[in-house]
Amino acid sequence: MKKMFFVVLSFLFFALGCSSAKQSNTVTVWHWMTDRQDAFVKLAQQYKKQTGIDVVFELYAPSDIYSRKIIAAAQARVLPEIFGVLGEKKKLVSFIESGFIADLTQEFQKDDAAWEKSLFEKALDVNRFEVDNIYKIKPGLYGVPIDVTNIQMLYNQDLLAKAGIKVFPTTFDEFLNAIAALNRVGISGFVSGWGEIWMIDCFASNYAFNVMGEDKVMATYRGEVPYTDEDWIKVFNVFKTLRDKKVLIEGIVTKGNKYAEQDFALERAAFAFNGSWCVNVYDKMNSALRYGVMLPPRINPERPMLIWGGAGSSFVVNDISRNKKLAVDFLKWLTAKEQQVFLAQETKNLPANKEALPLIPKVLADFASAMDLTTHPSIWKYNEDPLVVEAFDKGIQAILIGEAEPAKIAAEVQKVKQQEMERQKKR
Amino acid sequence: MTANTRKISFEGLRELLGGYFFILPAVLIFSVFYIYPFVQTFILSLREWNGISLNSQFIGFDNFQEILQDGVWWLSMWHAAYITLIALTFQNALAFALALSCDRDIRLRKFYRVVFYLPPVLSEVVVGLIWQWILYAGMQNGEHVGLLNYFLTKIHMNHLVHAWLSDPKTALTCIAIVHSWKGFGWGFIILLAGLQTIDRQLYEAARVDGAGSFSIFKNVTIPMMIPVFVMVMILTILGSMQVFVLVLSMVGQGLVYHTEVPVTRILASMTGTSRFGYACALGIVFGLILMVFSFTLNKISRKFKQE
Repeated sequence: MKKMFFVVLSFLFFALGCSSAKQSNTVTVWHWMTDRQDAFVKLAQQYKKQTGIDVVFELYAPSDIYSRKIIAAAQARVLPEIFGVLGEKKKLVSFIESGFIADLTQEFQKDDAAWEKSLFEKALDVNRFEVDNIYKIKPGLYGVPIDVTNIQMLYNQDLLAKAGIKVFPTTFDEFLNAIAALNRVGISGFVSGWGEIWMIDCFASNYAFNVMGEDKVMATYRGEVPYTDEDWIKVFNVFKTLRDKKVLIEGIVTKGNKYAEQDFALERAAFAFNGSWCVNVYDKMNSALRYGVMLPPRINPERPMLIWGGAGSSFVVNDISRNKKLAVDFLKWLTAKEQQVFLAQETKNLPANKEALPLIPKVLADFASAMDLTTHPSIWKYNEDPLVVEAFDKGIQAILIGEAEPAKIAAEVQKVKQQEMERQKKR
Repeated sequence: MTANTRKISFEGLRELLGGYFFILPAVLIFSVFYIYPFVQTFILSLREWNGISLNSQFIGFDNFQEILQDGVWWLSMWHAAYITLIALTFQNALAFALALSCDRDIRLRKFYRVVFYLPPVLSEVVVGLIWQWILYAGMQNGEHVGLLNYFLTKIHMNHLVHAWLSDPKTALTCIAIVHSWKGFGWGFIILLAGLQTIDRQLYEAARVDGAGSFSIFKNVTIPMMIPVFVMVMILTILGSMQVFVLVLSMVGQGLVYHTEVPVTRILASMTGTSRFGYACALGIVFGLILMVFSFTLNKISRKFKQE
């Protein structure tokens, strides 16, 4: 009898273990945004009250840890209902090709495209694939921007005033004069988190667009213009000038952005290069900080200074999730005006919903005013090979620490470019 | 007769199967968590794969060929060797000196043991961040913010003030020193345990024979400690060659290639340039190099033991 009881019990455990899990009403979201976790949790509670659906926000930070986590989860096919893909567009492409990301075009176009029209076009572009895109992805919209962002320069009004500077610089020469004035009164000039090399890449690409324009930059990525071209040398020379004119704060090449943000917030440097997310960070570090937003000073007055921006953070829906519909409904709710205003006020990020703009703080509005000048690798037709990008960014670091000169770095980057082009041809 | 034979063979079979049954969990766990990942890593090292796509391309031993010509990889190996060298000398010398001190009847012996064992218990990220602040190079209101530079200016040694982590001449050495500071506690504990296993009668006998302190140290302590030294050396080499969290927390994504170590290189190949196949090949080469080191040291240790 006892034996029989154990056999039946074991069978029950086995059967329960093998039966398919009942579809739950929970939407799980994986993200990396430490500054937004509290606001997300509040919104999830509100959503639960309104709809009865549980939304769980799981935070994995910093962003590189998060990136590794979603790659591992994709390999094990255990991605949550909603997640975000960080990094260049090629990564998003890999997830789409592998069937992990749902095409949301039909959802965006429902009700005369009401959802699509409510959001910034530049933000949507990051997740959009046009007809005949180079990645050969089925045209459509594959992600939902929850905020927009752009990366510009900031100036400390009080430190500039101490150095007798009344107007912030708009040209590169004016910028260098301002730095000289600041140095004379013992104030460091410029700080940025260039220990995270994508920020060097971002700054360099701003100047590449300003010096030679988008067509020539793309031609370089296609391999039609060498990095030894005089315009690229000019771009490398920007960093040499920053080095020679003592523009940069000590230790900038290994400084993480958190430390750079701390330096600017604690008034250790007069200028910073940072994204619109900094408004929230600076507010927490030093709420008395008086600062303004400016575009990086131009070298070439003939061309605009394009800056990186667009969708700040985007979420995608897992195409193989059983709760796909619930996930889409939640994202529609999250990007509606009320929730976007709440997010902007709580986290001081630029909202993705245009209708929320009139209600945001002034500094954010200044950031938002440059949205028309934004560009981003995710929307470029061509992206540079990651190995070339690494050589480019490390080369700039070498210039910054005085180890190499622009011409040498240009030649080295071009060498890597040629090697990679040959490797691609072979395969 | 037939029935008897049948009975024996059944019992023999049961015994045999019983044996296999008992080792089955261990074999399964070993296969799933050790053999399968290793085989899979090797298979991936023969392919070009971005880590996400379901498709990958077989490229034979191309990744391994590329490693031979990858200057940055071999530079990172040299950096790891440099850190290891400093750990083997500075870290272990400090650990041994402190272990010798704590092996004697001194006051607050237990307190020192706890204090010396604190750094290894701390997270590498925390240690990295603390030291980043100590070595910070910036200034505010004319004063250095970093503790080391501040201290140097206060003792009028301004000529030594330095951007420690962003100068190629000092960055790697700073990392190596911090690594040694964090790691000496392990060596201290193992060496202290080794010292305490030496039979006290040996010391007494040596003293009766008229041996001085240095002679006892040279002829008793050192020979008895050789197996422990070898073990500490193996652990130091394996630990130091694989250092990377400290590097990431102290210098972020690196100072050009001056602070690159093998694991950061493998990480860069995986997440930076999305070359999982190449990263797997790097992992295999690195693993083999470490295995060769361990086997060689183990052999040397056995030879010493025999002598």
